[in-house]
Amino acid sequence: MTDLPGSIDATAEMLAGQGYVSPRALSTVVFLALKLGRPLFLEGEAGVGKTEIAKAIAAGLGRRLIRLQCYEGLDAASAVCDWNFAAQMIAIRTAEAAGGADRDALKGELFTEDYLIERPLLAAMRPQAGGAPVLLIDELDRTDEPFEAFLLEALSDFQVTIPELGTIRAPEPPIVILTSNRTREVHDALKRRCLYHWVDYPDAAREMQILATRAPEASARLTAEVVAFVQKLRSEDLFKKPGVAETIDWAKCLVALDTIQLSPEVIADTLGAILKYQDDIQKIAGSEAARLLSEVKREAAFT
Amino acid sequence: MPHDPGALPRNIAHFARALRRAGLPIGPGRVVDAVRAVEAAGFTSRGDFYHTLMACFVSRPEHRAVFAQVFRLFWRDPQFLEHMMSLLLPAVRGVQEDKAAEAAERRAAEALLGESLPLLPQAEEPPPEIEIDARATASGEERLRTLDFELMSNDEIAEAKRMLARLDLPVKPLATRRGAPDARGRLIDARASLRAALRRGGEMQRLSYRAPRPRWPNLVVLCDISGSMSSYSRLVLHFVHAVANRKGQGWARVHAFTFGTRLTNITRHLARRDVDAALKAAGAEAQDWSGGTRIGSSLHVFNRDWSRRVLGQGAVVLLISDGLDRDDPAALSREMQRLHLSARRLIWLNPLLRWDGFAPKAAGIRAMLPHVDCFRAAHSIASLEDLGAAITAAGDAGERDRLLAAMADAR
Repeated sequence: MTDLPGSIDATAEMLAGQGYVSPRALSTVVFLALKLGRPLFLEGEAGVGKTEIAKAIAAGLGRRLIRLQCYEGLDAASAVCDWNFAAQMIAIRTAEAAGGADRDALKGELFTEDYLIERPLLAAMRPQAGGAPVLLIDELDRTDEPFEAFLLEALSDFQVTIPELGTIRAPEPPIVILTSNRTREVHDALKRRCLYHWVDYPDAAREMQILATRAPEASARLTAEVVAFVQKLRSEDLFKKPGVAETIDWAKCLVALDTIQLSPEVIADTLGAILKYQDDIQKIAGSEAARLLSEVKREAAFT
Repeated sequence: MPHDPGALPRNIAHFARALRRAGLPIGPGRVVDAVRAVEAAGFTSRGDFYHTLMACFVSRPEHRAVFAQVFRLFWRDPQFLEHMMSLLLPAVRGVQEDKAAEAAERRAAEALLGESLPLLPQAEEPPPEIEIDARATASGEERLRTLDFELMSNDEIAEAKRMLARLDLPVKPLATRRGAPDARGRLIDARASLRAALRRGGEMQRLSYRAPRPRWPNLVVLCDISGSMSSYSRLVLHFVHAVANRKGQGWARVHAFTFGTRLTNITRHLARRDVDAALKAAGAEAQDWSGGTRIGSSLHVFNRDWSRRVLGQGAVVLLISDGLDRDDPAALSREMQRLHLSARRLIWLNPLLRWDGFAPKAAGIRAMLPHVDCFRAAHSIASLEDLGAAITAAGDAGERDRLLAAMADAR
């Protein structure tokens, strides 16, 4: 376990140590979230590295990462804890077979930690060996509003209540990172309890750095071309712009295909790695890709 | 951290007030957070100070630009950093900081309030008064029900608004994965069964059951507010406001957008209780009232920026437009197709349909019609009442099939 970073620079360094190239604004909010113990709410398009931030923080601090993936219909039983019914049932039957089914004793025995199945939220409230864990609540926009409201209590007081066991309070509040792809608006009441940051697409310089750390096997020239092309692509009117994750994937694809430099044919073959909508692929495939590529090459020649 | 925090918290509070005036929802709790955050981050650079305050005060991507502007105006003192640092060091603190704070406040207030707010759209321009023979054979309400919105007098519009506010738009719930206890359900609820058994010392007497809990769908309204639609869209928005604010009427959330030459999200304004205040605020935001129409490009913006946000959970779309579009029909058709594919149900309300002899002649209408589930008129209270009935009937297509057949014949 490492101590919390003492300054914004130290935070950036810590993230960089985990291969996460963090811009100044992001380092600032991460530092504040750690220092003030507030949840950090990250919004942004898919594939800009929101989930990666949580992973980098956990790895950088040497903490356990607990991930709660949200989905529609997620409820307290699958987010906090559940009882192991099958085991409880067997315990009841065994007690019956043994003859001495003392009600109170049985009840006291059935609802104990032995039969408790911990889910992410409860796990995050438990003391951990390496210090408070990092709790990643991923894609919050996918849950429904009742669950969002349930989170309000958990996030402001860092405690959960289980009727049979009572209230469990975190000895040390976990570091909470919430992410949202903004497929729907998250309620202001939840946002108010968090520090907010909009994670944007990186600029060319930062994206080059990211590629250099995440796909080092690509040559410098290929990296520069890939970044320039993706940046160009983001300025096009696309249904879903390629994220950083797509850039990394694409660079790896190109390396796997032994590509030395981009050509319209190679782009056409691998377009599926960066564009995920048929409409977008149709629009870019063919002459459009060639045009973009020639623009990229021309600009590169000038600078 | 100094014992006497001095002018810094006050400045941040003033800054928060400036932001609030600029439209950001900021409560007092956030100001306290911001002061704490600034203390934690320290003043090493203007950039960090900016990001720190941004993280505390901004909670929506569209507010970032407003924040940036207010920040620039509010903290534009070039000596600001030194000044702020001196505030944190009690020993060097001068006496003029109160003055500086006052000046900054005045500057920001001027900057924010000096420019006049955008003018509201003209409020209900009176349509030409038309003498109507109100005979005693039908009650006033009965006659108003079928009267064309465009032909109503001011008094009649007021009365019609009252009637619209009482209208319902019923809807059927959707099934979900989430369950709820239900005696007639089919899934065994192990948790509830076991708990009941425990009450009897472990004797399993009867099983508890669960059934999927129903969920209400969302409603997304896309309302054309161009010149040709103005007398209809205003009253239809009244209706939408009533639907959005009726408690227990079914719809989980109602999102509303207006479009003419550009798309505007007016969902937040519809949440105001008073319908006139809500529409006034919506009008101030949508600056293209009674202008031209570019349906294709407006739908393009909606599809690109909003459809995945608001249509994600089985939303029903109400498109209110006359379909008279000057843009390229092929592009319009493409956007309509995408909208249709991402909506659970796409219902097009067109006031032009009130004419008996309506035929899909305009290129825009021909491009749009194949991509809707239901095509109906929306020119009177009665037609909106019919809509309520149609929305619950699963296969209702309104006039679509008849008109599509007419289109095929004409070809």
